[in-house]
Amino acid sequence: LQAPKYMRSPLIPEMATQEVQLNETLTHLKTESETLKSKLEDERAKLHDVELHQVAEKVEGLGQFVMKTRRTLKGHGNKVLCMDWCKDKRRIVSSSQVTHFMLLKTFMLLEHAVTMPCTWVMACAYAPSGCAVACGGLDNKCSVYPLSLDKNENLAAKKKSVAMHTNYLSACSFTNSDMQILTSSGDGTCALWDVESGQLLQSFHGHAADVLCLDLAPSETGNTFVSGGCDKKANVWDMRSGQCIQSFETHESDINSVRYYPSGDAFASGSDDATCRLYDLRADREVAIYSKESIIFGVSSVDFSLSGRLLFGGYNDYTINVWDVLKGTRVSILFGHENRVSTLRVSPDGTAFCTGSWDHTLRIWA
Amino acid sequence: MTIRNPLRDHGQRYRPRIACLKKAEKVLLEMQDLKTGVKSQPQRLVITTIPHAITGEDIISWLADRFQVDTQEARSFGSMLVALGYIYPLQDHKRLVIKPDASLYRFQTPYFWPTQQWPVEDTDYGECDGSRSHFISHPVTNTYTFPYTIKAIYLAKRNIRKKGILELHEQEHYNRLHKWMNHKWDFIVMQAKEQYRAAKERKKPDRVVFDCQERAYWVVHRPPPGTVSAMDYGLDRLIDPNADEAKTPDFYARIMIFTQQSIMRPRVKSSVSIGALVKYCATYNSHDPFLSKCLPSNPWLTDDVTYWTLNMPYVEMPTKMRVERWTFSFAELLSDPRGRNDFRLFLKKEFSGENLAFWESCEDLKWGEAATMSEKAEHIYKTFLARGAPRWINIDGKTMEITVKGLKHPHRYVLDAAQTHIYMLMKKDSYGRYQKSPVFKETVKKAICPEEHHFTDAQLEQNAKKRRPSLSPIILRQMEQEQRAKMAATVDITQLCRFTTPVPHLAVYSGITDFPSANASPSLPFLAHSPACPSPISVALDSTSASERRVEAGEGEGEGNPAAQAAAGGNVSKSRMALSLHRLLKRGCTPATMFASLSPKCHSAAGTSSRIQPISPDQPSQAPPRRIGNFFQIKVDIPPECRIYPIESEDEDEENRAASRGGVGAKEIICPWESLTPQNGTG
Repeated sequence: LQAPKYMRSPLIPEMATQEVQLNETLTHLKTESETLKSKLEDERAKLHDVELHQVAEKVEGLGQFVMKTRRTLKGHGNKVLCMDWCKDKRRIVSSSQVTHFMLLKTFMLLEHAVTMPCTWVMACAYAPSGCAVACGGLDNKCSVYPLSLDKNENLAAKKKSVAMHTNYLSACSFTNSDMQILTSSGDGTCALWDVESGQLLQSFHGHAADVLCLDLAPSETGNTFVSGGCDKKANVWDMRSGQCIQSFETHESDINSVRYYPSGDAFASGSDDATCRLYDLRADREVAIYSKESIIFGVSSVDFSLSGRLLFGGYNDYTINVWDVLKGTRVSILFGHENRVSTLRVSPDGTAFCTGSWDHTLRIWA
Repeated sequence: MTIRNPLRDHGQRYRPRIACLKKAEKVLLEMQDLKTGVKSQPQRLVITTIPHAITGEDIISWLADRFQVDTQEARSFGSMLVALGYIYPLQDHKRLVIKPDASLYRFQTPYFWPTQQWPVEDTDYGECDGSRSHFISHPVTNTYTFPYTIKAIYLAKRNIRKKGILELHEQEHYNRLHKWMNHKWDFIVMQAKEQYRAAKERKKPDRVVFDCQERAYWVVHRPPPGTVSAMDYGLDRLIDPNADEAKTPDFYARIMIFTQQSIMRPRVKSSVSIGALVKYCATYNSHDPFLSKCLPSNPWLTDDVTYWTLNMPYVEMPTKMRVERWTFSFAELLSDPRGRNDFRLFLKKEFSGENLAFWESCEDLKWGEAATMSEKAEHIYKTFLARGAPRWINIDGKTMEITVKGLKHPHRYVLDAAQTHIYMLMKKDSYGRYQKSPVFKETVKKAICPEEHHFTDAQLEQNAKKRRPSLSPIILRQMEQEQRAKMAATVDITQLCRFTTPVPHLAVYSGITDFPSANASPSLPFLAHSPACPSPISVALDSTSASERRVEAGEGEGEGNPAAQAAAGGNVSKSRMALSLHRLLKRGCTPATMFASLSPKCHSAAGTSSRIQPISPDQPSQAPPRRIGNFFQIKVDIPPECRIYPIESEDEDEENRAASRGGVGAKEIICPWESLTPQNGTG
């Protein structure tokens, strides 16, 4: 507990003047940075000649959708926290809370169950080759498990600890190969690691609070990724230099999920302020807000359909909302989960999307 | 390990994470508005009259009307309000949902709302149900007490009222608290009796209402085991939202520098960038399974996996839709392995395959493992960049200079400039011509256009029964490796043949130099690297059938005419691929050792069938790296002018090339490794 202000006030006069000076400098710096920020907004506004929905007026509307649960995957004994698709479009890795294991599921069957050494496995990822999975959580580590064809083999024995953060691991993703892994952590940093040696290749500092999510740019030429966190900021990073190249701060609350638009020129974010937003990277600004008065609960996870026309959002009020990205309207709401939707990912070929929920199940919708 | 900070406010109620509560409260106040809110009236429940009771259907219709949503959504919204304890059910008090009938509900008094600012205490009393403690002062005693004390008092009171008959979980809880707070149990019982007596003195409806409110509060905040709790918001964040962050001048300095940079950042007009997004949607509209038909059928809907089979990464004939996507952008073509193969075939015919090979090698360097990074960089230099390299690429002098300079201290992005240059070259030049080329036209012509499936219900049922797990990605990976090995053995021989005179020991090149470059994708780290692995060529030979082996044998003999043999190899490669898949399936799931050896790490060159001496860069005793370098330089000591340039000689290109040639010649850019390791020069 902090002592009241009057108690902390220094008795020695020089110190008092020093503190006054420091305070003055700080106020001065604060106003200066505010001016700069408003100048930035002005610059951004200069080139803002049209709104997304205006451009989208000419676009044909979307019809009615029939999306249903096509599979319900049970097997976790606790909250499902994270999942990822394999590139083969029909395998899934998912991680859960207390019973600490992760499952790999095929078209319908359970393939492996691995016990993790910690609770809250908050991040998991399938390697691009489909031959390994990575996961981590409250153990502050990201571990890579090579998969084997032998179903009885103990995968945990082959585990390899790759990344080590000073706080919980919130998200992880393989880069274009099995050799590197990108992680984000509650300690406010993101980092790129070499899988084989566990060597830190690059770290990314800039968030002022927990980083909760990240996503890699889809195009081969761009070495960038985006991350979002509790400081309400979504930052775009250059993987090569470790520098933050763009930062967007329009959300009113923690950003739980970020996802690149399939073309790589924009990204969407989902936040606890119950909105999803679309940021255009080339225009360097927010171009759309997806919200509705009747939606008051936070968004835990977002993802785009293959064409980028639909934005799926998993919400804390147990529902899934489907947005028309261009028109900014909601096209569908899906019910089914009996607790928070914690994770949502569209399959690599866009044929379905999978949601994981705190009701211990995963559902596949198509 | 825990991320809990002992001084933290566990409720984190100012947290934006439960920002929904503020919004819910606003809605609730609207609902309670006398004029526009939900109608309420006194209702008789059993023998008592409860004031201001409302029915479930009224709540739902009010919400539906207020938010202009359908009843289902209104019901789900209402249920959330109940789950958070803003509205509580009078009858079925443990099921926190809204029923769309005449069942009765009441608004919870704001005193019991979850956002109430109860005094902060941090005592998690080690419960295993995972829910958080909420700390309240009791309305009757108005003293700040520990929450478990309050809960204990509540349970004790209930115990008195129910005359010792509590529900099972309550009983357990009661016993646990009793045991734990034995030292002040007298106080708790006394308090409970006091409260009970005080309550008895009130009017009956008041008392009933208060009991209901209190019970509802505990149902929400201490839910019976096994029920969903809306108050559970998961893990606490590390950052304390209530803490005042100490700002330093440095903090502002960083913000200002960043903002300055952001201001300088080049931007595009909104209309332009948004236009691109809209266009992207339109382009891919027919390819999005959610928006248009997925031919022949969506496997998740029909349980028929034809769609996936047709779209396997290395399928022999791609579908029409897939080929169409290759025309959308160059990146799309490269990201599809089948498309890349097609493009490679085209480049091979144009004799500019080294561009793609270089780009792939760069990707491999960028995303590959750290341990072999400098090795790879060196290899790329020797294969593509060094003067007179076997697969010398055409980049301008300036880029070359930067790259060669950077290669003295190689890092994973050292080739970025050169890679971008080559990428743009392929994109602007080769890609355009590819789309007009016979190779592409042939692919388009042959592409499959599957018929839409029309399954009857019975068939769908059958399909559902027939669901089987697919081929493991591990096996697919092995097949991919096998195919790559084959490409290394077939495609690249022609590459070299074009630029050098046919010499008897040509095949040595394909073993050493081209094999890893063709293996642009990273190796599988978990496979064993057997030291005595066969070369990719021999693997390709081993895995072919007898009839094909004859062709291969012919290849081995016909060294005098390599172009012809390669063409023959190219023709059979497709059928061979299909065959080997078949064989692989027959062989079962054990990872064959031959596949295990198929990683770029195994540089051993010579196959058993070829009469070639192995030269391996990994074994300096046999062949030091320098020797190979010399070897190449002698080999391809042909002036670059002799090479076939696929690019139409535009003036600019000509200039660049001249510059590059001049640069190489005049400034004497030497191979960085030559200067670094002169002692190896014992060629």
